[in-house]
Amino acid sequence: MANINLASEGGVVNSAPQSDAHEFDATKTRTQGQLVLRRFLRHRLAMVSFGVFVFLVLFAFVGPLIWTYDFEDVSSKAYQPMSGTHPLGTTQVGKDMLALLMRGTGYSLQIALIVAALATAIGVIFGALAGYLRGFVDTALMRLVDLLLIIPQIAVAAIVVKGFSGSWYVVALVLAAFAWMQIARITRGETLSLSQREFIEAARACGATTPRIIFKHLVPNMIGSITVNATLAIATAVLTEAALSFLGLGVQPPDTSLGVIVLENYGQFLNRPWLFWGPFIVLVSLSLAVNFIGDGLRDAFDPRQTKVRA
Amino acid sequence: MIRYIIRRLLISIPILLIGSFACYVLVATAGNPLAEMRFRPGVTEADIKAAEISLGLDKPVFVRYWNWLTDFLSGDWGQSIALGQAKTAVFPAVTDALWTTGRLVIGAELLALTLGVSVGVLAAVRQYSIFDYLATSTAFLMFSMPIFCVAVIVKNYGIQFNNVLESMGLDRWLTTAGPRPGGFSGSFGEVIFKYTGTFLLPTIALMLISFAAYSRFERASMLEILHSDFVRTARAKGISQSRVIFRHAFRNALIPVATLFSLNFGAVLSGAIITETVFGWAGMGTLLVNSVRQFDPPMLMGWLAVTATLIVLFNLVADVVYGILDPRIRLG
Repeated sequence: MANINLASEGGVVNSAPQSDAHEFDATKTRTQGQLVLRRFLRHRLAMVSFGVFVFLVLFAFVGPLIWTYDFEDVSSKAYQPMSGTHPLGTTQVGKDMLALLMRGTGYSLQIALIVAALATAIGVIFGALAGYLRGFVDTALMRLVDLLLIIPQIAVAAIVVKGFSGSWYVVALVLAAFAWMQIARITRGETLSLSQREFIEAARACGATTPRIIFKHLVPNMIGSITVNATLAIATAVLTEAALSFLGLGVQPPDTSLGVIVLENYGQFLNRPWLFWGPFIVLVSLSLAVNFIGDGLRDAFDPRQTKVRA
Repeated sequence: MIRYIIRRLLISIPILLIGSFACYVLVATAGNPLAEMRFRPGVTEADIKAAEISLGLDKPVFVRYWNWLTDFLSGDWGQSIALGQAKTAVFPAVTDALWTTGRLVIGAELLALTLGVSVGVLAAVRQYSIFDYLATSTAFLMFSMPIFCVAVIVKNYGIQFNNVLESMGLDRWLTTAGPRPGGFSGSFGEVIFKYTGTFLLPTIALMLISFAAYSRFERASMLEILHSDFVRTARAKGISQSRVIFRHAFRNALIPVATLFSLNFGAVLSGAIITETVFGWAGMGTLLVNSVRQFDPPMLMGWLAVTATLIVLFNLVADVVYGILDPRIRLG
């Protein structure tokens, strides 16, 4: 497959080939990683989305350093309209909406990234172990997944947040506890088919240990779907966290998040619409951008699956 | 088939038992239902001790779980122990809430399924047409949209629509704050009018959320089938386009969507919880939020047990439907 890619798009043929025999030397060889990166960089929608994502990260983490108001600053007057000093107005308690949004985006991003990282790590390890060892480990894993599937995440998250604390990292942990199953299933499926292949058999014949086979032979061959699903897990986590916080069952004050901001301000939809549309636009662009990046990554890792989208 | 169903039901019993035990331990460790009692004036340490003993909180968690389980299975779901509330029985509270949610969800889901499947088939048949791009981008946008934002937007435009109606000298038609208590009365036409007014907005909100997934799924599976060999053979034999699409492709393309429809229950439930909260319906969502806020373990356990059982049943239905629609899948 790598050769086909080289010929079709990766290979830049030297403009002055001396002879047929030297043509291969003139072709620049690229590693799999370089090919993927190249395809991703050429995916226009994904690159635009990546730009949006970077902008949101800067908005969340660099923005508060530059912006004049602090998100906890309640010295401004309540419910001011949009103006030069308060581009997005102020809230009921006189907090500057822009500063609040920066802080909320930051927490939402932090939660989503931690959830995705944890879910991917747990999912890949469990999935690969189950798919590679089969038998008892596999059965145990699938039963655990069955178990987690019948308990509504929203209820567990609510109980945990009520019982322990509504800090952002507790919310992240609960979300991760339910997010790893999807990745574990995909990893397991791929491991099942990969471990039938000769190179795994060869590695085992050479005496490679199970961890070595999993991390050196299986995982690098699944890196595409793992990356794509990790990205999609970020998008899901952003929306789930927002939904939980909106119900008042997620992140609790003094921490804030995009969901909390919507919860506190959606009552003003008709009178002061900007207080709703501000967090709404940030939330939707964040989740759209991450979804499109995931799509671009999928196309980059597996050009055969390229889907045309509007 | 019957043997398969019985076997699946038997397998789900231990899963439900372990699941309910896990939930029980979680609820038991998450908080003390008597915590607020301490802050009340005139409550002595002896009162708390007495309350603890009457609720069985002095016993170990295994014993309490066992008592709860045997009571639950014999139909005694216990009473709410939230302070400041009349001791509502759990069973009617949960079943009432389930009925409210069910009425809302079933209609919305059926509408979403019909609409999603139609749009998906059209988009697949006219692939890369303007309609396809429009449907695809709408579905993608709805996917990335937080459910509660959809509900809030729908609700507020409903209020504005009402204001317009009122300025025209008509009654406010759309209900945005929960169904009227005591049902509907009046002539048949009036009942229909009030009924639609009450259900329209939450149904639209719920429908928009599910619709995206169904249309995307139907489009993908329809495309896959339209490009398969047996469809080409059918075309080669000179069968008309509409017959190929409806008799040969459509029926096969329905299989994955039917499975998604039954498996989607958990997602639909959380969507319904949010929609209910925004529109002020006293369904499963409100019950969960209130029981968590007041920390009411018997109510929470009843809630969890009912939803977990329903999810197990819906998963079973999904597998059975799959087996009926696709005879190649052998259940057993």
